[in-house]
Amino acid sequence: MRRITYRQALREALQEEMERDARVFLMGEDVGIFGGNFKVSQGLIDKFGEERVRDTTLAETVIIGAGVGAAITGMRPVCEIMLADFVGVCFDEIYNKAGKWRYMHGCEVAVPMVIRTPMGCRGGGGAEHSQCPEALFLHGPGLKIALPSTPYDAKGLLKAAIRDDDPVVFFEHKLLYDLEGEVPEEEYIVPLGKAAIRREGQDVTILAYSFMVHKALAAAEALAANGIEAEVVDLRTLVPLDVETVLASARKTRRVVIIHEANKRGGAGAELAAIIQEKLFGVLAAPVIRVCAPDVPIPFSPALEKVYLPDEEKLQQAVRELLAK
Amino acid sequence: MLPEKNVLVELYRKMLLDRYLEEAMVELYRQGYIPGSLHLGIGHEALSIGTTVPLRRDDYLVFSHRGVGHSLGKGVPARTILAEFMGRATGCSLGKGGVHLSDFSVGCLGISGSQGGNIVIATGAGLSAKMRGTDQVTAVYFGEGTANRGCFHEGINQAAVWRLPVIFICENDLYSYSTHQSKIMLRENVADHAYGYGIPGVVVDGNDVLAVYEAMQEAIARARAGEGPTLIEGKTYRWRGHHEKDPALYRDPAEVEAWKQKCPIKRFELFLQAERIISPEEQASIQDEVRQEVQEAIDFALNSPFPQPEELYRGVYANPAGILDLI
Repeated sequence: MRRITYRQALREALQEEMERDARVFLMGEDVGIFGGNFKVSQGLIDKFGEERVRDTTLAETVIIGAGVGAAITGMRPVCEIMLADFVGVCFDEIYNKAGKWRYMHGCEVAVPMVIRTPMGCRGGGGAEHSQCPEALFLHGPGLKIALPSTPYDAKGLLKAAIRDDDPVVFFEHKLLYDLEGEVPEEEYIVPLGKAAIRREGQDVTILAYSFMVHKALAAAEALAANGIEAEVVDLRTLVPLDVETVLASARKTRRVVIIHEANKRGGAGAELAAIIQEKLFGVLAAPVIRVCAPDVPIPFSPALEKVYLPDEEKLQQAVRELLAK
Repeated sequence: MLPEKNVLVELYRKMLLDRYLEEAMVELYRQGYIPGSLHLGIGHEALSIGTTVPLRRDDYLVFSHRGVGHSLGKGVPARTILAEFMGRATGCSLGKGGVHLSDFSVGCLGISGSQGGNIVIATGAGLSAKMRGTDQVTAVYFGEGTANRGCFHEGINQAAVWRLPVIFICENDLYSYSTHQSKIMLRENVADHAYGYGIPGVVVDGNDVLAVYEAMQEAIARARAGEGPTLIEGKTYRWRGHHEKDPALYRDPAEVEAWKQKCPIKRFELFLQAERIISPEEQASIQDEVRQEVQEAIDFALNSPFPQPEELYRGVYANPAGILDLI
């Protein structure tokens, strides 16, 4: 099968959906001729023109607010927020408008929009250019959240998100844009709400998403060398959450470790751990453990950033400690 | 040019309907039938009705938290508005919105809980109309206080740059909650901001329904012709507090009384009589009809059921696959 990058996969998804549906259009800062800060939309303006690949003003509130307005009047906007940290500027528009407009206005209108945004540390970004803010939106009713970890999923999930009738916050990880992987030429979709078991194992379940899936797989390989077989579940989407797959794996291994790059307090891991213990309290052999960044702002210095980030060594250590219990 | 008689009668009728309905809501609120906070637009009728009557059914409206008049002007039935405020299943937002009035069948897109959140949404509705190649116009409303928010700047500037068919309407009633305009801006007119965006800014007597109607018609013509947005500022006054539990003691009673003397409905009645457009008999019969419509709306709302408990969970998502089992 051919191999393309995560970035190319995203671009193909955008192009194919724009070809398929005239209501789909892109808007955001520098998404046009410049092709987006991470070059995901590069070349699309040549195919679709400035009408459908819109450079906006430097104004996140109107990027998302106008996206909601367009979505409730018959269009299917794909809005880009240059960095996930900037969701704070348009938080009301995502959390309250995109997420709640339908319900509070009588459940009649749909809000079919995608908010694409790059997240994560990639070295030296510091506190306001490196964050993973998915948990903020996990708490908000009405939103869906996708976090692809591979080129295959990047394309398939983005296509599903664009076709979905609900607002989807779509987190792309900056360190994945150059990742190559198998992506078929033919049309496919990765449905929202279906986790992928990336590695089977019976000793412990590792729940991960986005870039941390790769850290989890690296840790699992290292653990296997010591006779520990970890099952790695890539959640792919946090809303909808594939509770069935999560619980089936947890029931099988009776031990669960959750890894995410975002800081621990109030993170997605807290919700996952709560669901698992609510459903499987008597089944579990040990507490559900979280391997996450600490609750500090992300430091600039690479020396500190390395300490900050969860990685395969920290994950391995957590698994070993868990199995010793 | 003076509008046709049928338009003048419609303006009068709807202003009366707005006034009578909101006066009835004062009582219903006092009696406990309307929960939460109630923000009334009594005194604003020339603006809410004068800007909505000239719109087509398929045009879009994104009003603010004082949206009763705008909804009526655009054609939302009084009965579903009142039922919504009373939390009934028959409300125009199924009792789930309250102040979040909506009726997509007449282009009422809803309201934003944060003041000014509606401005950027209107920009998007305008963008959508332009991209779909229709000549639909979007009208959006806010007060002079909201004009100081960032979304005001972002929404209007983006609409101006893209020449979108959006009409930005400032209902300047001098007070954002308790704070007088003089404390929040140095200039007298919000419409002055239009210069900065390169679009027309129009100041109009917001208690003169004919002046409002005319300004709105010009803005609509510009928007439909693809010439872009207009910022209209109507100077008016709200007679009630910010909401019904606010006695508005921050205002001088003499000031309130002076504005009541400028009642937009009285003023229009005097005009219609002086110009012999409607006879006293016609006027009395319109008043009777409107009173009856309001009474029917009250009866309808009071006799409407509350939503069933299961309605709580319905409709959060348009596509709830994989989600409902978590609730």
